[in-house]
Amino acid sequence: MLRRDTLRYITSGSIMLFSGLLNPLTVFAKWNKAAFSAVDFDEAVAAYFPEQKIQSTEQITIGVHPIVENGAVVPVKIKTDMQNVESITIFVDKNPNPLIANFDLSPDCIGFVSTRIKIQQPSNIVAIVKSDKGVFSKSTFIEVHEGGCG
Amino acid sequence: MSSSIRLKTRTNAGVTTVRAIIRHPMETGFRIDNETAEIVPAHYINRVILKHKGNVVMSCDWSRAISKNPYLSFMFKGAKAGDKLELIWNDNKNNTDSIETLIE
Repeated sequence: MLRRDTLRYITSGSIMLFSGLLNPLTVFAKWNKAAFSAVDFDEAVAAYFPEQKIQSTEQITIGVHPIVENGAVVPVKIKTDMQNVESITIFVDKNPNPLIANFDLSPDCIGFVSTRIKIQQPSNIVAIVKSDKGVFSKSTFIEVHEGGCG
Repeated sequence: MSSSIRLKTRTNAGVTTVRAIIRHPMETGFRIDNETAEIVPAHYINRVILKHKGNVVMSCDWSRAISKNPYLSFMFKGAKAGDKLELIWNDNKNNTDSIETLIE
């Protein structure tokens, strides 16, 4: 019996390993469900940056048009001249789920990301940059004429 | 079927700019289908990873609030022309796709 059990463990173990290999991203998975499903802005930030002091800074630039016609496609560029940036995180405070996206940057990266996001109503876009010096944020208000969460 | 991903790079003075567009509906789960009058279930990419010569150079966690057919751009140092760059995405239904390109 012992040998049979051992075989079974080995087999189930390799099935688990194999399904892990089939999906290479699960190896790195750390998608923060609590933060992504938070409906309140402060809760989302607290879930993503637990017990961290966030300082506001002028060293982050949020490149976005202040008035947006179509909230379904809002181009956003986040730039910072800070060194050793570890991550850039984007929040929209009035969206149904305020956490929009996180970008983990390797040490080779420059403090820059650009993407397109959906914004439901006039909101603050908040960019949070984590570096070896701490956690920093910058916010900018944008007007939206037609919401993009439909 | 052609790849869901378009991946382009340009290197200037040692800095490589990466631009990617992924074909994906990015459904929020809030939208109502006009024909069936039913809610379209949430379907969105939640992870994207970029590897330069096999090492992760940048990784993304996304919500459903990234626009349809997501666009992504970032910059990094240390790549040479001909290096391999790979993009892999995964969505909330566990679909996945990847593409490899050579750094230009």
